[in-house]
Amino acid sequence: MIPFWIILLKIVVVLGVLMTAAALVTFLERRISAFIQNRIGPNRVGPQGLFQIMADLVKLVMKEDIVPTAANKTVHDIAPMISISIALCTFAVIPFGNTIELFGYQVKLIIADVNIGILFILAMTSMGVYGVSLAGWSSNNKYSLLGGLRSSAQLISYELAMGLSIIGVLMVAESLRLDQIVMHQTRYLVGWLPAWNLFVQPLGFVIFFVAAFAETNRLPFDLPEAEPELVGGYHTEYSGMKFGLFMFAEYANMITSSALITTLFLGGWHIPFSENWGVSPLVMSLLQVLAFCVKVSIVVFFFIMVRWTIPRFRYDQLMNLGWKVLLPLSIANVLGTGLAILLISS
Amino acid sequence: MLTEFGKILIFFILGAVFVAGGLITSWILRPNRPYPEKNRPYECGEEPVGNAWVRFNVRFYVIALIFLIFDVEVVVLFPWALVYRQLGLFAFVEMAVFLLILIVGFAYVWVKGDLDWDKPKPVVPQVNRPMQTIQEPVVKNEPVAT
Repeated sequence: MIPFWIILLKIVVVLGVLMTAAALVTFLERRISAFIQNRIGPNRVGPQGLFQIMADLVKLVMKEDIVPTAANKTVHDIAPMISISIALCTFAVIPFGNTIELFGYQVKLIIADVNIGILFILAMTSMGVYGVSLAGWSSNNKYSLLGGLRSSAQLISYELAMGLSIIGVLMVAESLRLDQIVMHQTRYLVGWLPAWNLFVQPLGFVIFFVAAFAETNRLPFDLPEAEPELVGGYHTEYSGMKFGLFMFAEYANMITSSALITTLFLGGWHIPFSENWGVSPLVMSLLQVLAFCVKVSIVVFFFIMVRWTIPRFRYDQLMNLGWKVLLPLSIANVLGTGLAILLISS
Repeated sequence: MLTEFGKILIFFILGAVFVAGGLITSWILRPNRPYPEKNRPYECGEEPVGNAWVRFNVRFYVIALIFLIFDVEVVVLFPWALVYRQLGLFAFVEMAVFLLILIVGFAYVWVKGDLDWDKPKPVVPQVNRPMQTIQEPVVKNEPVAT
């Protein structure tokens, strides 16, 4: 029986790290984009411009909140809160480490060890549509409405491919619990290759990865906020802290997606061949948390790299990719996985 | 005893406290000087034309309908995937038949062209009132002196 204060400590630490990381990624994105475009980027405030985050936060807090007269004010206020709460909540079921011995208790490094982890995440990502589409509708602005509509259609289209690519992982792991899925990946395939789902389900990995880009509205799928055609898309009419919440939600979503990719396909907190190192359990647990963070950082870095490398899709291309390429491929992946499991087990 | 979903609730409440803190701080600190021009919907500085709550392309609706069918399919697949290894060949054939029926439906939608997000043909707007007759300048094809 783990006392309440340890649970609370876990929640506060994870929430703090998640929020700090989301703020840090906004800064990193600007520095990396500057690096890719051969610019300098923000480097004046503090060491290497690191305090730019604080400066931005103060600026957002001090800005006037402009709500158009014709807008639906209540929905306009609620929409960013939906986005941010869903972006944060999804992280609650992701295991960021194995167990650790803390103050004499065996603490599992996951906030809520629910037995339907995957279903919870899928439900939450589906709810994410509401924040964006309500924001687009309530602003009473043509750009916002178009952005919101595009976003709803895009999110539901790619959600199918995302759900179907997870099916393959579930058939291998036979559990909806995310910690079980990670445990299943700690084995080895042929002696030297870890049984990460990246190697077991390569097609599912690619489909999930592409769908994750679409689900987080990141380039090359950022049609909902395509600047040259829609000004700012669904957040055209947002300013001040409410705009800040949308930005924050986007980056928190990016981190959560990266954590999900890591958990489902990259072995979660597992370090290959670390079983024979012979380090103490406490050090091992800390190393595993570190490994999880490193894997998530690599995926986040990849997200940022792709944004500044690949041009934006046209809307019909986006729909074609979602419906005519990813959906048939993911159905084929499910059938192929089923056939492979039959052949191996017989 | 705190259930696992209770922990998610605590996580959610603490997150909400952070967010509310930000919003309330901003509410206290920020200026509030609205005037009609500032609160107009943004349309690149032009006067807004009409209301934004207009009818939109019916394709969004069609996509939502197709999504609904396939999303139910995914939901049916989840329990199947969990017990697949125990049921073996029987489960595979069952699900192959199920998927086949859906693939036929998918192929139908594809052939009907409901998945094609083609560009709409431009329709020249018709105006009810008579057009003002404009004197077109007469172009004379006079031979150019060489």
